[in-house]
Amino acid sequence: MAPSSTLTPLPEGSPIRRRFPLSRTRLAAGLAVATTVLLTAGVAYAQEAEAPPAPTMEQVNSTVTTIAQRTNLLWIVIGAALVIFMQAGFALVETGFCRAKHAAHVVSTNFAIFGLGFVAFFLVGYSFMFGGASYAPVVAPGSPALDYGFSEAVGGPLIGSGNWTFLWQGGWAGSWFDASSPEKLALSGAIAGFFLYMVAFMDTTATIPTGSMAERWKWKSFVLWGLFCGAIYYPLFGAWTWGGGWLAKLGDSMGWGNGYVDFAGSGIVHAMGGAAALSGAIVLGPRLGKFGKDGKPRALPGHHIPMAMLGTFILLFGWFGFNAASTFAAMDSQFALVAANTAIAAAFGGVVGMAWIWIRTGKPDPAMMANGMLAGLVAITAPCAFVDPWAAMLIGIVAGVVVIEAVFLIERKGKIDDPVGAISVHGVNGIWGVLAVGIFANGKYGVDALGPGIGWNGTTSQVVDGSAPGVTGILYGGTGGGQLMAQVAGALTIIIVGVGLSFAFFKIQNALTKGGIRSEEADEVAGLDLPEMGVLAYPEFVGAGDSYPDVDAPAGTAKAREGAAT
Amino acid sequence: MVHLVTAVIKPHRLEEVKAALGDMGVAGMTITEVKGHGRQGGHTETYRGAEYTIDLIPKVKIEVVVDTSDADKVVDAIVNAAKTGKIGDGKVWVTAVDRLVRIRTGERDAEAV
Repeated sequence: MAPSSTLTPLPEGSPIRRRFPLSRTRLAAGLAVATTVLLTAGVAYAQEAEAPPAPTMEQVNSTVTTIAQRTNLLWIVIGAALVIFMQAGFALVETGFCRAKHAAHVVSTNFAIFGLGFVAFFLVGYSFMFGGASYAPVVAPGSPALDYGFSEAVGGPLIGSGNWTFLWQGGWAGSWFDASSPEKLALSGAIAGFFLYMVAFMDTTATIPTGSMAERWKWKSFVLWGLFCGAIYYPLFGAWTWGGGWLAKLGDSMGWGNGYVDFAGSGIVHAMGGAAALSGAIVLGPRLGKFGKDGKPRALPGHHIPMAMLGTFILLFGWFGFNAASTFAAMDSQFALVAANTAIAAAFGGVVGMAWIWIRTGKPDPAMMANGMLAGLVAITAPCAFVDPWAAMLIGIVAGVVVIEAVFLIERKGKIDDPVGAISVHGVNGIWGVLAVGIFANGKYGVDALGPGIGWNGTTSQVVDGSAPGVTGILYGGTGGGQLMAQVAGALTIIIVGVGLSFAFFKIQNALTKGGIRSEEADEVAGLDLPEMGVLAYPEFVGAGDSYPDVDAPAGTAKAREGAAT
Repeated sequence: MVHLVTAVIKPHRLEEVKAALGDMGVAGMTITEVKGHGRQGGHTETYRGAEYTIDLIPKVKIEVVVDTSDADKVVDAIVNAAKTGKIGDGKVWVTAVDRLVRIRTGERDAEAV
């Protein structure tokens, strides 16, 4: 096989990827095995016929590199497909936990957000987040071959410079795609795979507020949120972190560990989504009848618990793509530990959630069991590559308790109505996951992540004996104290900027929209399906939505329903 | 003379009641799925930590028209078959029927049972 002209063999210690390199020893072992196999095959072949000369070592290296790079890329595309399937999980969870009369509306928001966020992220959001760094920052200029042989940035900082980059530019609307030569085409393909993976993460953030704002959100107002999230809200914090911006550089600028570290997005994806979910729920106000005249919360039970439980399992399934494929490399066997840690936290979160709600209310409420498992998943997302299984267990246990207490606190003390628990699951436990990195990271992963002396996030200021330390939490000493500082800085930024920006967005939108962003009272009472969507989720079922009485429903309920139906 | 026996029972006792009535030769009955509550007025549950009351509980209503001489036996049969001894077993009551007509033949009262 002719060596691919698009790919350069990996020299010893080249910066293979932004987050983690192939360990040099592992690569060497792989090369040795592959070389042996190829050479042996060549010898066998030569004995049977007058064969071409055995491949040179250089050709073998090149072939092995090509195979490794293609396999890594395949892993990313598989991961992207898994994460995109999580949209189905969100749709089922949120719809199941809402009432039947709103089911077509709620499921449609979850369906439409995929495309709304996607188009905005494709047109501008991706450029703001990664435009200056293409898909990965080049930490050693002129060095060849990140994972796929790509090393050229397509743009530069839009606001800020050096360690204090706030937004990037370049590569708008897929203009990074370049088919002018085989080399460029291969590089563009690699960026396309990375784009696909990243757009799937963005859609997760975008769909989180549809849960906390369900049953009372005007469709047209929702549409604007989807575009805003894909274009600005998600890429902003993304540029500061995965895009190599100022939070990622806190290691060099402030001396805080490796800067803000978030392996697969407890903060970047989930806590930012939870922050918007909190803002949206506050601006909309609680659903009619959610709080009695005495201010006590009333239950408005979801209409389809089996649907919600199936959705939870689909999310668990998709989460393996979310976390494990965030190694960006199938050659990085750490993905197996990541997958195991993900499942461990999910299992403990689910079991502890079940037990805790059982103790607190006397019944193992299925809705809280599901929230408990999702809380464990959200919390392990940032630390999953850096912690031992026992720490994944602890993180899941804490998440299972925290999510339920957060639901109680937000509802009983905050008087905030979150029909599906999105704020508690994604917001509160996302913050917990971010902090958990700074506590439990064991320092074993990410040593010389981008090359000798270049650590995670491209941090170069922490080098000890010529080696950049791995991501280390405070329990393990070393750079742990600084790492926790960086994580706290990230968490505070999410709370201040995430909640602040989304609150401002919803408030301004509320003021500018005729009648506000909340649906009409009569529509809410009747169910949003007919007034907003023009179709009922369950037209054959008489009184869908009446299975449970609307507590404190305003007078004229029946009339309002009649009016909407005619 | 003809009487109407009406019973509201737990849904899961329906098969036993049907079998008991069949054994004693009752030819027909009408079954309706209903909701209701009795003295204790439903019960309280929690969802996501918030309490709510289920005050109307699903029940099955059985209506049987019988010859007056059989009414007491039918009532006893229903009570025996539907009884679990727990709260919410339901009630049986008997009312006099002024007229009874079999639509297909025009037979009246006791003949129409």
